[in-house]
Amino acid sequence: MIVARTGNEAMAEAMRQINPDVVAAYPITPATEVVQLFSKFVHDGQVDTQFVPAESEHSAISACVGASSTGARVMTSTASQGIALMHEILFIASGLRLPIVICLVNRALSSPINIHCDHSDSLASRDSGWIQIFTENTQEAYDTTIIAVKVAEAASLPAMVTTDGFIISHGMERVELVDDEAVPKFLGERKIQHSLLDVDNPKTFGALDLQDYFFEHKRSEIDAMDHVLPIIEKVQDEYGKLSGRHYPLVDEYRMDDAEVAILCMGSTGGTGKVAVERLREQGKKVGLVRCRVYRPFPKEAMVAALAKAKVVGVLDRSDTMSTLGGHLYNDARSILYDSDMRPHLKNYVYGLGGRDISIEDIESIYKELFAIQKTGKVDKDIVYFGVRGE
Amino acid sequence: MFRYEYYLRNKHFPHIWCTGCGCGIILKSLLRAIDRSALSKDEIALISGIGCSSRTPGYVDFNTLHTTHGRALAFATGLKLAKPDLKVIVVSGDGDATAIGGNHFIHTARRNIDITAIIYNNHIYGMTGGQASPTTPLGKRGSTAPYGSIEPDFDISGLAIAAGASFVARSTCYHAVQLDKFIEKGLSKKGFSLIEVLSPCPTYYSRPNRLGTAVDMMRWYKENSIPFARAKDMSAEERRDKVITGILHDIERPEFCEEYKRLTERVKGT
Ligand SMILES: Cc1ncc(C[n+]2csc(CCOP(=O)(O)OP(=O)(O)O)c2C)c(N)n1
Ligand code: SF4
Repeated sequence: MIVARTGNEAMAEAMRQINPDVVAAYPITPATEVVQLFSKFVHDGQVDTQFVPAESEHSAISACVGASSTGARVMTSTASQGIALMHEILFIASGLRLPIVICLVNRALSSPINIHCDHSDSLASRDSGWIQIFTENTQEAYDTTIIAVKVAEAASLPAMVTTDGFIISHGMERVELVDDEAVPKFLGERKIQHSLLDVDNPKTFGALDLQDYFFEHKRSEIDAMDHVLPIIEKVQDEYGKLSGRHYPLVDEYRMDDAEVAILCMGSTGGTGKVAVERLREQGKKVGLVRCRVYRPFPKEAMVAALAKAKVVGVLDRSDTMSTLGGHLYNDARSILYDSDMRPHLKNYVYGLGGRDISIEDIESIYKELFAIQKTGKVDKDIVYFGVRGE
Repeated sequence: MFRYEYYLRNKHFPHIWCTGCGCGIILKSLLRAIDRSALSKDEIALISGIGCSSRTPGYVDFNTLHTTHGRALAFATGLKLAKPDLKVIVVSGDGDATAIGGNHFIHTARRNIDITAIIYNNHIYGMTGGQASPTTPLGKRGSTAPYGSIEPDFDISGLAIAAGASFVARSTCYHAVQLDKFIEKGLSKKGFSLIEVLSPCPTYYSRPNRLGTAVDMMRWYKENSIPFARAKDMSAEERRDKVITGILHDIERPEFCEEYKRLTERVKGT
């Protein structure tokens, strides 16, 4: 079925089709609608979900952990300060290996207070042991919400699917939905090894674990992360067969003969692709790489993609506040260290707090990248694009 | 002569509040009460969390701090301890104060620190689009409770009294003159003083609950409010669905900053 949906509506629609056992949430702009629309599905009996309108995000994600440890399929949605307030419990969810899925709408973290898009919220939770997938548009947000449930359950790890606040969350687009009946069939029942509800085999979750075994348990969590990429590829493949839409780990756009490229995440991928088309019409060999799966990081696929270009501009809608630039830039530098096909890298931190980036902006970045290609020199490796006084 | 403009950051107008919102009425009442208390603008710190009500500090020319959702009282506690001479005022919504910030609320009351809190109770999370809050009355609708809330609601004033506040009063946006007096009393009270104000949210509370316009809400407050003195002799049945207004609680209790000072003096032997 083809419908017109905003990102939030599309994610709510996916949640309706997934029909989770439990959803616990607290409202926050720009994610509020996801669960608010979903709560209507609950009240209208369109889903069988137990809906918990919690008194804060900390309580919401805690309720999710409680529910998930019994074997329930559990989802929630939040943004910015909400995911920041969940931070403590994010590590509990991953440490207990609970496949909770969060629809996370990217919004700048305070302070100063802002409600618009950047990736500081998702990336502040980067090291919490959650799978993170950034989407480019409404269609992808819808599809990835469904994919993430299956991936999380297969990997026994929690997952976040992100959209860019307002840009995707409130932007109406054409979305193709999978049939209602196909989604539960695609996902199957959640299989759980250890359930808190298995009263014949009582279990303890989250027990004290000191110098004796803590490290082994953490190591096994890292090991689980190590196995995620093949799981994602398999699930994306199955989903491709179901929907006709095939998603990669790393989205390459016109990279085959690209001389210069940009690397980005989220909705800027869409803007960047238009810029690529415009420049290609002028005969310029430009390409784009979009990091879709961000955690775990698809190292091999990313190195292969980036190595095709001579110069790569890394666009980060976040900064690590370490004087080392944005998150993606640091990842890119790190994975390219061992590569003998290292392109020049230049970091463009842009769009913090929702400052718009236009097609023309990206065209101007490509122009700079060509200049670097010509001279073979990156004069300034980290720039803050579009900020006053730069 | 009293002029609102003197206290306002006039360049920040027009404000964000909807037509008929109670936030502006409470802001004006607060300014009148401050004026009567003869406090200078510089000795006031106005602190808020997040919400429509919490936008208040943005519009006034005091020392202001706009913090995170639910935490205003915690920030205010730190500020008051660091600068006990400041008159610390917190403005907060029902969600800010009793949902996400409920913990800070009870502990600030328990400590009885010298802060005046004004809670704008519109029975809903206004800023995020009218989801049911802990003060949404049983059966009333919110966007997350389209067929009526099934959760019992909090009595904000009752909660403050039980937790240890030394001054608690309740009023409504209709009773603006009374509200001025309560805020003025709260400001002069040593200890934690709390003023709960029933405030119309015509956009997200009145509409789904078919309570009419902002004017209808004001009329409702007028017709359904009962002074505390009279309500005392009424049966629970008679008090049902009514708003009990007045000074509900006014006692003397040791104040936290003073106790803290006393303790340090004792320990240091000064
Ligand atoms: C940690 C966090 N969670 C959620 C939000 C989103 N949020 C902003 S205001 C608000 C509720 C406001 O309701 P209330 O406190 O009653 O104030 P009102 O807007 O009604 O005046 C929420 C949930 C936030 N800013 N921070
Ligand atoms: S939504 Fe409600 S509380 Fe917020 S400004 Fe509008 S009327 Fe006031």
